[in-house]
Parts: sequence; structure tokens; C-alpha cells
Amino acid sequence: MTALTTPALVRTTCPYCGTGCGVLGGPSPVTAGDPGHPANHGRVCTKGSALGETLSLENRLLHPMVKGERTGWETALDLVAARFRAAIETHGPESVAFYASGQLLTEDYYVANKLMKGFIGAANIDTNSRLCMASSVAGHVRAFGEDIVPCCYEDLDEADLVILVGSNAAWCHPILFRRLTDARARRGTRLVAIDPRRSATASDCDLFLPIHPGTDVLLFNGLLAHLARIGALDKAYLERSTAGFPATLAAAQQDAPDVETVARGCGLEVALVEAFYAAFAATRRVVTVYSQGVNQSSHGTDKVNAIINCHLATGRIGAPGMGPFSFTGQPNAMGGREVGGLANQLAAHAGFTEAADLDRVRDFWRAPRLAERPGLKAVELFNALGEGRIRALWVMGTNPAASLPDAARVRAALESCDFLVVSDCVAGTDTARHADVLLPAAAWGEKAGTVTNSERRISRQRAFMPLPGEARPDWWMLTQVARRLGHGAAFAYDSPADIFREHAALSGFRNERRLFDISGLADLSDADYEALDPVQWPVPAGQRAGTARLLTQGRFPTPDGRARLVPVRQAAPAHAPSTAAPLVLNTGRLRDQWHTMTRTGEVPRLMAQAAEAFVAVHPLDAAAAGLREGDIADITSAWGRARGRVRLSDDLSAGQIFMPMHWTDEAMPFGSPGRAVNPDCDAVSGQPELKHTPVRLSPVPLGWEGLLLSRRRLRPENIDYWARTPIEGGHAYRLAGSGAAEDGMERALHLLGDDAGRAELRDQRRGIFRCAITDDAGRMLDYLMIAAPGALPDPDWLFTMFASTGPLDSQMRRSLLAARSSGPVVAAGEIVCSCFGIGSEAIRQAISDGARDTAALGAALKCGTNCGSCLPELRRFIAAGEGGRERAMPCFLPS
Amino acid sequence: MHHLSTPPSRERLLVIGNGMAGIRLVEEVLERAPDRFDITILGAEPRPAYNRILLSPVLAGERVADDILIHEPGWYARHGVTLHTGVTVQALQPEARRVVATDGRAFTYDRLVLATGSDPVVPPLPGVRLPGVVRFRDVEDVTSMLAQAGAGRRAVVIGGGLLGLEAAYGLVRRGMAVTVLHLMPHLMERQLDAEAAGLLRGALEARGIAILTGAATQEITGTDHVTGVRLVDGQTLPADLVVLAIGVRPRVELPRAAGLEIARGIVVDDALCTSRPGIYALGECAEHRGICHGLVAPLYEMARALATHLAGEAGHYVPSPTATRLKVTGIDLFSAGDFAGGPGSEDIVLRDPRMGHYARLVVRDDRLVGAVLCGDTTDAGFFFDLIQSGRDIDPIRDTLIFGPALCAAA
Repeated sequence: MTALTTPALVRTTCPYCGTGCGVLGGPSPVTAGDPGHPANHGRVCTKGSALGETLSLENRLLHPMVKGERTGWETALDLVAARFRAAIETHGPESVAFYASGQLLTEDYYVANKLMKGFIGAANIDTNSRLCMASSVAGHVRAFGEDIVPCCYEDLDEADLVILVGSNAAWCHPILFRRLTDARARRGTRLVAIDPRRSATASDCDLFLPIHPGTDVLLFNGLLAHLARIGALDKAYLERSTAGFPATLAAAQQDAPDVETVARGCGLEVALVEAFYAAFAATRRVVTVYSQGVNQSSHGTDKVNAIINCHLATGRIGAPGMGPFSFTGQPNAMGGREVGGLANQLAAHAGFTEAADLDRVRDFWRAPRLAERPGLKAVELFNALGEGRIRALWVMGTNPAASLPDAARVRAALESCDFLVVSDCVAGTDTARHADVLLPAAAWGEKAGTVTNSERRISRQRAFMPLPGEARPDWWMLTQVARRLGHGAAFAYDSPADIFREHAALSGFRNERRLFDISGLADLSDADYEALDPVQWPVPAGQRAGTARLLTQGRFPTPDGRARLVPVRQAAPAHAPSTAAPLVLNTGRLRDQWHTMTRTGEVPRLMAQAAEAFVAVHPLDAAAAGLREGDIADITSAWGRARGRVRLSDDLSAGQIFMPMHWTDEAMPFGSPGRAVNPDCDAVSGQPELKHTPVRLSPVPLGWEGLLLSRRRLRPENIDYWARTPIEGGHAYRLAGSGAAEDGMERALHLLGDDAGRAELRDQRRGIFRCAITDDAGRMLDYLMIAAPGALPDPDWLFTMFASTGPLDSQMRRSLLAARSSGPVVAAGEIVCSCFGIGSEAIRQAISDGARDTAALGAALKCGTNCGSCLPELRRFIAAGEGGRERAMPCFLPS
Repeated sequence: MHHLSTPPSRERLLVIGNGMAGIRLVEEVLERAPDRFDITILGAEPRPAYNRILLSPVLAGERVADDILIHEPGWYARHGVTLHTGVTVQALQPEARRVVATDGRAFTYDRLVLATGSDPVVPPLPGVRLPGVVRFRDVEDVTSMLAQAGAGRRAVVIGGGLLGLEAAYGLVRRGMAVTVLHLMPHLMERQLDAEAAGLLRGALEARGIAILTGAATQEITGTDHVTGVRLVDGQTLPADLVVLAIGVRPRVELPRAAGLEIARGIVVDDALCTSRPGIYALGECAEHRGICHGLVAPLYEMARALATHLAGEAGHYVPSPTATRLKVTGIDLFSAGDFAGGPGSEDIVLRDPRMGHYARLVVRDDRLVGAVLCGDTTDAGFFFDLIQSGRDIDPIRDTLIFGPALCAAA
């Protein structure tokens, strides 16, 4: 660990999920976990360990652009201010909007929110956190009176039972999941997964309830009714600290008169439900983790409250090893919520419902035009954009064209918008393509500020690299526009520290009961801010230390100090499957990808987990649709169409399919499920139902398939199907088309341009074409292979050959045209361990050679010995090696 | 005929022509029926049989004439073969079972084999008889060419077929500035497709040979010695030597005069028998099933078939696909079978211009029927075997063009 002693290393925070891991950034593109950070103690996952590989300037937006032409900052900012001012003057303040991101730092977020709500005078600022967190926020507010996450990560270490509901933490929060499996190893913590999908998490839990989609409320209502029935409630706590229990229990009992009803409704075996209920009843130290599987639902808020109800009714909250625990998806979703990044929040956990809140913020900001009612939530906002009610929109650091539901409509709205500004660090996004003005934003490693993780821990992101080109931090751009709109006095910030101090001061200003209070940090000097250690809010005035756990005293930030149990009833998702759309589309993350892949999608080893958008289909559904493994399928709903490579899987029950959320048109047209996903939202939180859309599957008829390797970044628009992945030394493009192979060959060659010197093989009858283009020194520039559908060989050895920069000898040229490695060919299979590039084939081999546990696999192949994110899958391989994947999930019973 | 009092005498086998066909036939007969015939060979050239294919290396200075003799002179006597060199036959007298030479000698026979080969075609051009205009057929032609050769001197080769290109290469090696004139759009059109011919052209040009295709000769200029070649388009190429290599014509004057059936060549049946019983023909002078063969492989096969027949067994010549290799150092070319393809056939093509490599396989009904290789002919034998065997290549098609190693692995 000599690197740690190098003074140039800078302590910062990972920009990916809401775990908020500390990482060390160096002047050279090296990153490592920060052993001093309490969120991760030095560990990083596959994505975090590859951060150093994401720092290249390829695909970066480095200069302001207006209508595709490079311009200067002054011109661009003047134009943005003029167009926003014109819209506001002509059509009123509600005719403009900001759409922000959980990628923004708290300081950026604070300035954006202040400008829109305080000085433009509308609340039309929403954020992609709406897609991620809104139901948890709403559920917390309903139950606790404020958006409170009571738990801290130590509770994961201290629990005896951890229930993961709609959370694939093994992939989405790998460091937290390792904490859980470590706790299991150390103290026997039992893990329960509740998920329609046998995810990596579910595979590694002690009990798995493959719940029917959208029946979480029934399951937890059943739990509440069961706890009442067996006398397992904490009556004293209910009496002292809560309100609403009788109506809540009545609602639960109506849904769930007995366990059989629950089992039937949830599609579970009675014994499984009983085992889960018994474990909950018998265990005081229980943490219920919930994530997007709960939130992304038309009844997400009710699901959150159904879970919290059970914790309140048993008093299992506010003490070590227990509580409801929302895992946030983004690095700064929590920070955004603190400053009012959502359209229905004000700032510093103030809302629009109480006049005192409005007065307080108005007074603090000296903002006479403060917005007095909530603005448009994400889906509403883009509907308004499409209807022409929003005249000017500024999208900051997010890609709604790909990530919002009903994406075709979103794209149309972006295209029709009068004036679209996009500030981003990357140049090519599906959203940026529609922009009038592109503003180059500082990226991770260049910008500075704070983020707040899932356990309320505020950590610094620090810059360790200079700003490239003309990139600037978002807070700076916003401040510049605010000044041009005539609000210079209120936006006189010179640094993130200035903004942070104001934000901290606001949180303590006339604060009577809100728990969000960091006014203890309001007087940080610039140097203090620079050196700020990770700290969990609240940090009230006069204090510098944080607070690990909240709600410890049974007092809640409600007017009467009591928590609310919220009566909720099981309700079906917004849209039921039908004959026209018989399958339910579920969406989610992959282990090695982040959001729309603008960063992780440029790292070869992270793209090795899945090169293309895919659709996981149960073999029965595949057969019914005439699909086989490796086919390309259209996924069509009432709202639109997506596309993916078929992967047969029995991880989902028949009737359900799964698509990863990450692909965009930049990497694979129609690879984003967003176009097919329905736009219905939770009525309380406004969060869209991204995990439940009725669809039908149909094969995409193919005449040929191809693989193109190129040093160049291309957009093969002339080809029916393509997917780009970065590989060592360039890019790989999977291609396919409906025409004849000859047609595919012509189209692919058209992309490459004419090269009389290319080496090639053609067998027209077989539909085979391969060619290699080299430079004058014989180094490979491009390689193309066309074959009959399904007949492309394993490309791993080709990637290895492409990675080499030396000239090709005649044997290599021959190998390329023969599409055969000249050496012994060992197919890697699907990459399981990204850190060391270990594929499924090697793992299977090692297991059959005698490796019986992950330690043995690690000793043999190194897999799982770095970040450990693949350990759940390695355990799955070992289990499969021992007796096949159909082994019964161990079903524990309370002792 | 009755020879009652003497032991049965051996049959007399008379072979006219001491070229590659004639000598190969004699070898085959000796192998099959060493005691059956008294064998006599009449050769017009002044030396024993030599390997005509190796004239090119002789011209190029890579070998000398004595290197290319098929057998050393003592071989004939040791095998009981009577060789008469420098004997030109004047007439066949089939009724008398006799042939008469220009020097008046007569040779009788029981069986007669015509292996007279072919003559280079001499086009009816003005100046074609001028000194310095030579053919490329025998050792004497090579000697004539070498008399004109020398550094800085200029040669024009008329004809861009196999022979013409070999002559051109030999002359370049002798230091001459050589231009090849070829009437057709690409070189060796009877053996190569346009692409292989293009690669060949590039390789030849890289060796200093100038090539003009689509070049029709108007006349050969000069008064007492050739001075150049004028083309139909008016262009004139100065030349100290002109080589005629536009093709060959079977030598058929003698059998024609003797009343044997002649088409382009001497018409023979599958046993290589002419229209006259007891008289056979093989090699370039013969025409079998309408085709006069000019390559060495069919010639050897004819010799084998005829020798079998003469040995008293059933010998049938069945034409098989033929293969061509260009014998120019550093240029590997191979073509075999029906390389032209066409309707009903499918091509598998591999090209790597930077490596000077081109291969085209022609497949019909899952059989390999033709191949053209250029640059790397390592696998020529493999392909030729497949063409000859007619084996189903479908199971190995994907790796076929990469040769036997990959096909075995497939």
C-alpha cells in the first residue's frame, strides 16, 4: 500500500451508488479505496475499482456549444439567461424548469434550487432522484414527519436478521452487501431476500421469497396482522410513540386475514411466508432494507409505509441493529433531498404545506418571489414540456431521454422544446442530441463539494485533476446565469465552501423540530471545509460531531412528536398483463454498470459483464415467442418498443422478463427499456412504475450478424441493429440485420470506408465475410466479421489480438480471416470477476478441479479477491457445481 | 504372319518423338511389359529427351542444358531402347507398317506411337521471319535467345501465357529490358482469373517486366534483323529480340498425309488409338474427346493409359482436372480445375493484397471443382486432391480455404 503514503493522493468520494464509499484519487489515473472512510473502510466494488479507467477525455464535452457550434462561455451564458428571461417575462416563471441529478454535488443542487424556487419564483426543479428515491422520501415523510433515514451502516453489522426487499444490493450496493455477508460469517446474521427475481442478492440469501410482482404491501400487511395475531407487537411503543395503529392494523387484516391468503396473493408457498414471519417475529434486531424494487412502483409509497408500519409496531427502530433502511441509488440523492432538489420540497427539509416553512426560507434567502406551491414532478414536467407549457428547460448531469419512462414521448418533448440547455460532462448523450446549448460541466475528480450517502453521511468530493478544456462546475454556471438574471447579490458565491456554509446555516434557521440540521457546520472556514471529515447529520449548532442513529428516543419530527402508522391496502400495479401484452417487464441494474453508462460504459472490463442490452426470458416464455438463446427480441408495450439479446433464465418466473436499465442510443439503439416502460406514477411520490410494464416479445428476424472492431468511435446508423462496447484499444460493435449477409457486409464496409488493402474472406453462399484493415505498418485498424445469425464465434481472442498494437504477422492475418485463434482456444465465457477478468468457463473448470469455496476459487484464479462484488455469483457457481442450480433454497426456521 | 521355326520374336514398338510424352510412354511400357517390345525412338532433336518444363530456368541461367536431360545417354542402351536422334520423319506408310526418314532410312514396326508434340504458333505478321524473332520451344530456341540477350538489350515477348511469362522472366534475369505484349485483358487468362492475373502482373512488374495487355501486334519491324514491334495502336517498341509465345499447334502433318483422322490434333480414342489400328498418339499432338492437352499431368496420364493398353491390359485415358503452376522464382501461382466458376458454382475467396496473397475456391454441389492460388500455394496439393477426388467438402467448408491443418481441427 505504498500508494497510500504518497502525499499527492486525495481523499474523495466515489461518484456511483448511495453507499458513498471513500476513495483515494491521485494525479495519475489511479484510484483505491480510502481505508479511513467509515462507509467502506477501504473497500471498493468493481465500478469503484475501475474509476481510474474512467478519467479519459474521450467523449467529454469540453467547450460550450450553441446549436452544435463551439462558442465561448460569455456567449453561451448570455444566451441561456436571455432565453430564460424571455420565457419568464412572456409566459411566467412556471414556463421554465430545471431537471437535475443525483450526480450533482449538494452545493450545485443548492444553487439550482435557490435560483428556481427563490428567484425565478417557480418550483419547477425536479431530479432523476424522482426515479429512484421519491417513494421512500414520501413514505418517510408520512411516517416520521420528515425525510428521515433512521439507520446507519453499523446497524447492518449489528442486526440478527436483515430483510432485503426489492434490493439487489449484491450488485447495486456491493460494499454494503459485503458488510452483510461479513456479519453473517461473524455473527450468524440471517439474510432474507424478497424479490420477484432471483437476483445475485437473492441467490446469496438464506431465505428467498420470489414474490409475485407488486404484492409487497400484501406481504407486509400480512406480517403486521401475523405479529398482532401472535402477540408480537410492542404495545408500549405503539402507545407512547405512534398514532394510527388501529386503522392500520384493520387495513392489514382486511388484506391479509391469514397466511394462506398472503401466500396465494404473493404467489409464495405458505411455508416460505410462515418462515419469514416467524423469523421476523422472533428477532428483535431486524433491519429491513428496501430499494428500487419497492420505490419504482405505482404504490411505492404504500410499500414503504407497509414496511415501516411493521418496524413501528414492534418498536424496532432507533436502536442498534434495527430499523427500516432505504438504500439510495445515487451518490447524492440524499444531498439533493436536503436542499430541495425535488419539486415538492423547498429547501432544508422545508415543505410547501406550512406557511412557517415558506416564510422561513423566504426570509433567509431574502427572496420575495419564492415559489409557494410544488412544481412539476419528473414525468409531469416532461409532459408539460411536450405540451409546450415549459418553454425553456435546463437539464443538468442526467439523461432523461434514456432514463424516463415512455421515453419516446420524452424524446419528442425534448425535440419540440423551445429552448433546451444541457450541462453535462459527456458530449454524446441521447438528451444532449436535442440541446440548443451544451455547457461543459466539471466531472468527478475535477469538481469539489459534498455528497450525502444512504446513512446521512456528508462526505467531501475533492478535485485531484485540473479542469479540462473549458469545463466548469455546475454551481458556477448556475451562479453566472443567476447574476445575468439580475440576482447577483443572492448568488455572490466564489466557492463551494461559500455555498455549503449558507446551506448549513439555512438548515438551522428557525429550526424547531426538523432533524435535518447541520448548522454546526455553518461557520466552517475554507480550510475546515477543505479538511472536512465524513460526518453524519444532524450536526446541530455548537457541535462538530455527527449523529449515527436517529429516532432513538421514540420522538418524531411531527407536530405531536409521534410517528404515523399509515393504513395501506394491497393494490395491483397500474397495468395488468393482457393477451396483447402478456409478460411483465422488470428493469434494473447490472453489477458493473452505472446509470446510462456514460462513465462505466467506456471501461472495457466493466462492459465485459454484458456487451449488449439483453432481455432475460424464462424458457417457457421464450419458446412461446419463438425465441432462442442469443436471438434478438423486440419488447413492445402500449408505449413503445425496446430491443435486447435474449438470455434464457429461470431467475424469474414464467410471465416475467427483465432488462437492464443502462443502455442508451449511444451504445445500442432501442437498448434502453425506457421506450417501452409505462409512465404511470405513484400518486403520492410521483415516482414512475419502472418495474412493471406489460409487454409482448417478438423475434427480430435476422439475415446476418456481425462483429466489428475498430479504433474509431462509430455510429452505425445504417445498420438495423448495433451495440457498441469499449475494448482494449478501441471499440467492438455487434451488428445484425434483416437483409442478406451480402447486404450486411456492404453496410458494414460502408462504415469503414474504402480500403483496397484490406485482407478479406468471402463465402457468399454461407453468408460469411471477414476482413481486416491494417495501416501501412501492418497494425490492425479495423476488423469485421459477418456470419449467419447465431454463428459468430467467441470473440475473446479477437479482442486480445486487437489490444496488441504491434504489426500483424501472416499467421495472425490468417487467424483473423479464419476467425480462429492460432493458439489453443479457451473461451472465457461471461466475465464474472471484472477485476481480474475471470470468466464463467474458468470458474466452472476450477470448481470441477476441486475448488469448493470462494477462497479456493480466489486462490486458483484470483477471482473475488479484490473488490468481492462477484462473491455472490461465485457462491452460486459453487452451489451449481455441487448439485445444480435447482437446489432448494435453505429455509431456516426460528429456533 | 508365321514364325514357325524361330522363337517368337518381340513386337516392334516404334515411337516418333523424343519429348516428354514419348520418353514417359517408354518408361511406362518398360515398367509394365519389359520384355514385350523391341523399342525404337526417333527424335528430331539432336539430344536425348529432356524436361522441356525446365527450359525456363535454363533461359534464366538458373540451370544449364545438360541438367535437364531426363536420362543420361547410357540409359537407353541399358534398357534395350534404340534411340535415333536428329532423325526427322518424312512419311508414314501404315500399310507397310513403316516410317521413312528424310535421310532415307526406313523403320518398320508392329505398333507405332506418335508423340510428335506441337509447334509454336507463328502469327502471319510482317517481319515474323526476321533474325532475332524466336520461338520458345526447345534448347535451340533458348540458345538463340541467349545469343541476343545481354545487359541493356531489349526484348519483346508476344504472348502473356505461361510460356511467354517464363521467357520474359528468364530474359529479365539475363539483364534485358523486357516487355510482354498480351492480346487479352489479363495475363494467363486460360489459367487465372482477373484478380490473380492482376497480382501476377504486379509481381512481374516488380521484377522489372513491363506488361501491355490488350496489345495487338501490327508488325515486327527490321530489315536484316528485328528492330522492334509496332502495335495496332501505332505504338512502337524497340527490340533486339522478339519471342513468339502466343500458343502452340499440334504437329499433325505426317498422320494427315497418311490418312489418319485429324481434327485439331490426331484424333484418339480412350485407348489413345488413332483411326488406324496399331497407331497411337499421345501428348500435345493428340486430340482426345475434342481436347488437345498441353500440360504435363495429362500427358503422363496418357502415357500410363497407353502403356497399360500396349501391355495387353485394359488401359483407358480418362481426363482429370489439371493444375498449373507458374515456374517463376518468388511468384507462387497455382490454378486447377474449373477456376472460372459461373452459374451453379459458388466462390470462396480469400485475399490479402498487402501480403500478395489471393485464393479462390470454386465449389459446385458441395464439391471443390476449381482453385486459383496466388502468393501462397502451400495448400495447392490439398486442393488439387479435393478437386480430383470429388469429396464432399460441406463439413469442412468453413475452414477449407485455410488448408488441411484447420480442416483437420474443424
